[in-house]
Amino acid sequence: MGAWVARNKWSVTLAAIVLVAAYIFYALSSGTALSMYKYAWSYAVPLVLCALVGVVGERSGVVNIGIEGQLLVSAFAGFFGAAYSGSLLVGMLSGIGCGLILGGFLAWTTVKWQMDQIIAGVVLNIVATGITSFYYKPGQVLPALMPHVSIPGLSSIPLIGEVFFKGTGVIALVAIVAVVVIHIGLFRTRWGLRTRAIGEYPSAADTAGINVIRMRLVNVTLAGVLAGLAGVYLSMDSTSSFERGMSAGRGFLALAIMIFGAWRPLRAAAAALFFGFVTATASQLQTEQIINVAPQLVGTLPYVMTLVVLAVAAGKVRAPGAVGQPFVKGDKS
Amino acid sequence: MPHPSARPEREPAEPVTPPAPPDSPAPGGPGDGPGGLLAAIFRYQSVVVILVALLGAMAIGAALIRYQGVNPWYAYETIFKQALFTSDGLTRTLAKTTPLILTGLAVVLPLRVGLFNIGGQGQFLLGAIAAAWAAYQTSALGVLAIVVGVVVGILFGAMVGSIAAILKTWRGVHEVITTIMLNNIAAGIVWWLVTGPFQAPNAGGIPQTHEIGEAARIPTVAGIPLGFGVAVVLALVCAWMLKRTTLGFRFDTVGKNRHAAGYAGIPINRVILLAMVFAGGLAGLAGALEVHGVMHHFEPAIAGTLGFDGITIALLARSNPLWTIPAGFLVGILRTGAAGLQFATGIAPEIVDLLLAITLLLVSIPVLGRWIFRSRAHKVSAASTSWGS
Amino acid sequence: MSTQTATGATAAKSGEVLLDIVGLSKTFGKVAANKDITVQVRRGEIVALLGENGAGKSTLVNQIFGLITPDIGTISIKGDATPVKDPKDAIARGIGMVHQHFQLVPVMTVAENIVLGHETVRGGAFLDLAGARAMVRELSDRHGFAVDPDAEVDDLPVGTQQRVEILKALSRKVDLLILDEPTAVLTPQETDELLGVMKDLAASGTSIVFITHKLREVLAVADRVYVLRHGAVVGEVDDLTHTTTTDLATMMVGRSVVLSIDKPPATPGDVVLAVTDLHVKDDRNLEAVRGFNLEVRAGEIVGVAGVEGNGQRELVEALAGMRKVVAGSITLAGQDLTRANPHQTHHAGVGHIPEDREKHGLVAAYSIADNLVLNEYDQEPFAKSGLRQFGAVRENAVKLRDEFDIRSAGVEQSAGSLSGGNKQKVVVAREMSFGPRLLMAAQPTRGVDVGSIEFIHRRIVEARDAGAGVLLVSAELDEVLSLSDRIAVIHGGQVVAEMPAKGADRAQIGRLMAGDH
Repeated sequence: MGAWVARNKWSVTLAAIVLVAAYIFYALSSGTALSMYKYAWSYAVPLVLCALVGVVGERSGVVNIGIEGQLLVSAFAGFFGAAYSGSLLVGMLSGIGCGLILGGFLAWTTVKWQMDQIIAGVVLNIVATGITSFYYKPGQVLPALMPHVSIPGLSSIPLIGEVFFKGTGVIALVAIVAVVVIHIGLFRTRWGLRTRAIGEYPSAADTAGINVIRMRLVNVTLAGVLAGLAGVYLSMDSTSSFERGMSAGRGFLALAIMIFGAWRPLRAAAAALFFGFVTATASQLQTEQIINVAPQLVGTLPYVMTLVVLAVAAGKVRAPGAVGQPFVKGDKS
Repeated sequence: MPHPSARPEREPAEPVTPPAPPDSPAPGGPGDGPGGLLAAIFRYQSVVVILVALLGAMAIGAALIRYQGVNPWYAYETIFKQALFTSDGLTRTLAKTTPLILTGLAVVLPLRVGLFNIGGQGQFLLGAIAAAWAAYQTSALGVLAIVVGVVVGILFGAMVGSIAAILKTWRGVHEVITTIMLNNIAAGIVWWLVTGPFQAPNAGGIPQTHEIGEAARIPTVAGIPLGFGVAVVLALVCAWMLKRTTLGFRFDTVGKNRHAAGYAGIPINRVILLAMVFAGGLAGLAGALEVHGVMHHFEPAIAGTLGFDGITIALLARSNPLWTIPAGFLVGILRTGAAGLQFATGIAPEIVDLLLAITLLLVSIPVLGRWIFRSRAHKVSAASTSWGS
Repeated sequence: MSTQTATGATAAKSGEVLLDIVGLSKTFGKVAANKDITVQVRRGEIVALLGENGAGKSTLVNQIFGLITPDIGTISIKGDATPVKDPKDAIARGIGMVHQHFQLVPVMTVAENIVLGHETVRGGAFLDLAGARAMVRELSDRHGFAVDPDAEVDDLPVGTQQRVEILKALSRKVDLLILDEPTAVLTPQETDELLGVMKDLAASGTSIVFITHKLREVLAVADRVYVLRHGAVVGEVDDLTHTTTTDLATMMVGRSVVLSIDKPPATPGDVVLAVTDLHVKDDRNLEAVRGFNLEVRAGEIVGVAGVEGNGQRELVEALAGMRKVVAGSITLAGQDLTRANPHQTHHAGVGHIPEDREKHGLVAAYSIADNLVLNEYDQEPFAKSGLRQFGAVRENAVKLRDEFDIRSAGVEQSAGSLSGGNKQKVVVAREMSFGPRLLMAAQPTRGVDVGSIEFIHRRIVEARDAGAGVLLVSAELDEVLSLSDRIAVIHGGQVVAEMPAKGADRAQIGRLMAGDH
C-alpha cells in the first residue's frame, strides 16, 4: 500500500486535495453540494462503465469505437425488453445481452477477420442507429422504477457515503465494484499481465504460449457486459424512457476519458467524475441564473471539454503499443 | 424489379477514365498500362462483392419487411416507383442525391490520406446555417447572393473540418473522436441559433431561419437540379485530382504509407489539413446547396442523417470518388422512395436506415470477398485507418 | 581468419537424439520455403543452421517451435512424433526459442516478461511477483548474468535484453534452445560472451540450434552444421576441424563468393558533408546523438561502425531532414542543412537509402514506377504544372529497371510483391539515379540475398568513383571494414575514433564499439 502511494504520489495528492475541497464545500452548503455531487455521479456512471469497456479493449489491443452503438442498443433493448415483458429483470438481461452480442461482433470482425478496427466500430454505430431508429415505438413505459438501495453503514458516511451508497441504483454500485476489480485485475493478476502483454506486444505473448486471438475475443466480448449495463442505466435508471440517439456521444466521451485516465481504471473513473462535476456545476450555475447562457450551448459543454482534454492529454499519455493492429499468427515484428 | 438493373446501368458511364482500382491494395497497383488487366479483374471482383452485399441487404430487408406484414416485393416496387417514375420523383431523387454525393466525397478524400471523417454532419450543419444567414443578409444582391451563400457555406464547413485536422496534426488526437464531438457541438450551436439570434420572427415560433430571397434560389433545369450537376462535376474533379495531379499523389502516399511520405519530403500535416479542409468544404457546400436549392431556409432537421449516409456511400464507393455518384444515387432513391413507402404501407421511413446499415455491414466485412472468391490474396477491407497519430 | 577447432566436439556424438526432423516441406503460395528437410540434433550438441537470407532457416525453426505448421514431414521431439500444435505445446515439450526480434514486452519488467505465460499465482489469480523476482535472481546468478528483475525491459541495452530472452527460455527448463540470428545486434565482445554461454549450456546438457549467416561463429561454437539453400539442406558437415570459411561460403551460396570487395583506392576531393557537434533526440525524447563530428569528402566512403542503438538511426534521420536537430550544424558543400526538411535535403543533393525500407523506403501498394519517383514525383519531367506525366514516369522506370537489374513482371508490378533484394534495388536505383553529392546508405544490405549484396556494394563503389561522398552506416562490421575507405566508430552518439579502413584492426574496433577506449 505504501509503495503504491509512493508510486502514485501526484494522483493521491490531487485526490486528497479534491476530497478536502469537496468536504469544505459540503460544510458550507450541504444541500447544494450533495445535489451537485449526486448529479455528477449519475452523469459519470455510464461514462465510467464505457471507459472501462474502452480500457479492457485497448489494453488487449483492440480499439472499440463502437461503444456508442453498444450503449444505444443496450439502452433500447433494456427499455423495450422491460416494457414488453413487464419485468425489469428481463429488461436488464436483454440490455446486457445486447452489449455482449455487439461486443462479440466487434471482437469477431476485428480479431478473427482482421477488419480495420475503426471502420468496424463506426459500422457498429451506424447499425445500432439503424436498428434502434426503425424499431423504436413511442409511448411505452417501464413496468416499475428501478430499485434503489442504501448500503448499511457505508451510506451513513457524510458526503461520500451519501453520494455513492445511499439510495443508489444497483448499476451505479456495480460500476464502483467494476472499477476496483478491473484495476486490480489489470495490474495484479495473471489475467491482467497477459492482457497487457497481448495489447503491448502480442507476438511476445504468442511465443510465450498465450492464445492471443482467443484472449482478445474473450476480453472484448465480455467487456460488452459493462457497455450493456451502461445502456440499461441510461434508459432504465437515470431516466425511464428511451429516445432515438439517446447515447448522445457518451461512447466517445468515454474514449476521451479513457485516454485522459491513461488507460488506468481508477484514473479513468476520476476523469469521469471530473466530467460529471463540470457538467453539474454548469447546470447549477444555469439554474441559479449566475450565468446566462442558452441551454443548447451549455449542453455542448461535455463535447467541448472532451476536445480540450484530449488536446491537453494527448502526447502526455501513452497508448498500449499494439492497439489498433490486428494480430496475425507467426508475424513477429 | 428496377433495383438490380439500376446500378449496372449507371456503371458504364464511368470507364471513360482508365480503371482506377479503389483503395484496396490490389496487387496490380494503379492500373495504367499492362497491369490494367489484373486491376480490372480485381475491380470487377470488388464490384461483385458490392452487388452481392446489396442483394444480401435487400434480402434481409425483405425478410424484415415481411415480418412487418407487408409484401416486400410491393415495398421495393413502391420505393423505386416513387423515386424514379412519378411525375417529379426523379427530380426529387436527384435533389436528394446531391448532398449525398458531396457528403460521400467528404468521407472519401480524408480516407485517401488515412483519416476517417465522421464529421460530415457537423460540417454540413454549420455550412448550411452560415449559407442561409449570409444569403439572407445579402438578399439585395439578387443572384449574387447564391455565390455569397455558397462561399460562406464552404468556408464554414472547411473551418469545422480544419479543427479536426489541426487537433490531429498538432496534438495527435484521433479524428473520429474530434469529428463526433464537433458534430454534437455543431448541433448545439445551430439549435441555439435557430431558437435565438437567427430565428425568423414570422415563422410562428418554429425554429428556423428567414427564407432566402427568390433570386438566391438555385433552380431546377429540365427536371435536373443544378446542384446535382455541381455534385457530379465535383466527384469527377476529385477523381481527376487524385489520379492525375501531384497533389493526388501526395494524398495517396500519405494514406498508404505515412512514413514513406515523410521520407519523400511530402508535408504530411499540410496534406492532412488540406484533405480535411476539402472534406469540410464539400460538406459545407452540400449544406449551402440544400439551403439554396431545396429548403430555402435553415432548420435543424435539414441534415437528417446525411453525415452518416456519407460514410455508407464512401465505403460502398470503396473510397473512389467516381463511385460516390452511383452510390449516392442509390441511397437517394431509397431515401426518396421511403416517404412514399410510408404513405402506401405504413412502414416507417427508418427502414432505410436499417437497409443501409445492413448494406454497410456486408460491404465492409472483409471476408465476404473471400467467401465469394476463395482468394487469400485479396483483401476486401475498403480502407484502413490509423489509431493514434 | 584461420580455421578454429570446434571445442564443443567433446559432446557425445552418440547421445540421445533430441530432435529428429524427417522430410519436412513447407510451401507459401508458390514459394517452397522448405523442401524435404532432414535434420537431427542430439543432447548437448550445438548445431548451426547456416544459410543466406531467404534460405528457409527461420521457416524451419518456426515449425519446430509450432509457429508454422509443416505441409508434410515429421518433427519428433524426444522420440515423440506428435505434431507441434503451437508455441505452448513446444514449450511444454522442452523447446525454447530466442527470436531475432526479441519477444519481450518493452513496458514490463524483466521478471514480468520471464514469467509471462507460466505465471505462479496465489489465490487462483493473483500474480506472485515476489516469487518471480527471486526465481529470476537465482537463475540469473546461476548463469552469471547479472540481470535486475525489476528493470523495465525498455531501459535495458540489447545485449541484456537478449540475456532476458535466454533466461525466459531457461526458466521453462529447456532441453533444446533455438537461437535465431543471436549475434546480429551484439558487439564482437558481447558475441564472444554469448558463444561462451552457449558452450556452457551445451556442456550442461542443453542442445542448441542456432541460425546464422556468419561463418566465423559457426566455426567457433558449432559441433555440426547444416547448410541451407533455397529451402533445402545442401550440405551437412559433421566434423568442422578441417573446414574453412571459404568452404562454408561456397556451400551456402552455391558458387564461390568473393568475400572482399575489389575497389580502386579512393581519391578524396573537397568536403561534401560536414557535421559539427550534432545533438539529436530519439523517439523517447532522450538525447541519442551527443556531439557528433564528422566530415565526408567527395569520392570517399566513410563507414560508421557501431552497435545498433548508439545513435546511428537518429544521426541518419537528422541528416536526411526527418528528425529535428537539437544543436550543432549540418553543412552540405557549404549549404547549411541543419534545419532542412527531407524535401530540401533531397534537392540539395542527398541520396538516402533508409535503414527500414519497408517503412520509409517504399510504398508497398505503389508500382515500381511510382516508387522510383517517390521524391521526384513533382519535378520535371515527371510532372508539369502540377500534373503527373505518366509517360516520363514509365520511361524512367524502364531505364532504371534495366540499369539496376530489378527483377519484376513489369514496372507496374506493386513494389510490395518484390523480393527483399529487388525492393532494395528499387530504393538504391532511386537514390542514386538523380546524381547525389552525398549518398547515405543505412544498413544497405540488411535482409538481402548475396547476389544483391554484391550488386549493391558495386554500385556504392561506383557512386564513390563518380565523385559522390558516401556515408555508410552498418551494423555488420564486416561490411563496414570491406566497403569503407575511412571508418568512424560511433558509441553513445559520438565518434570515438576515426581511422583509415586499410589495416584497421577488427578487435580494436570491437572494443571501441563497446565503449572501451
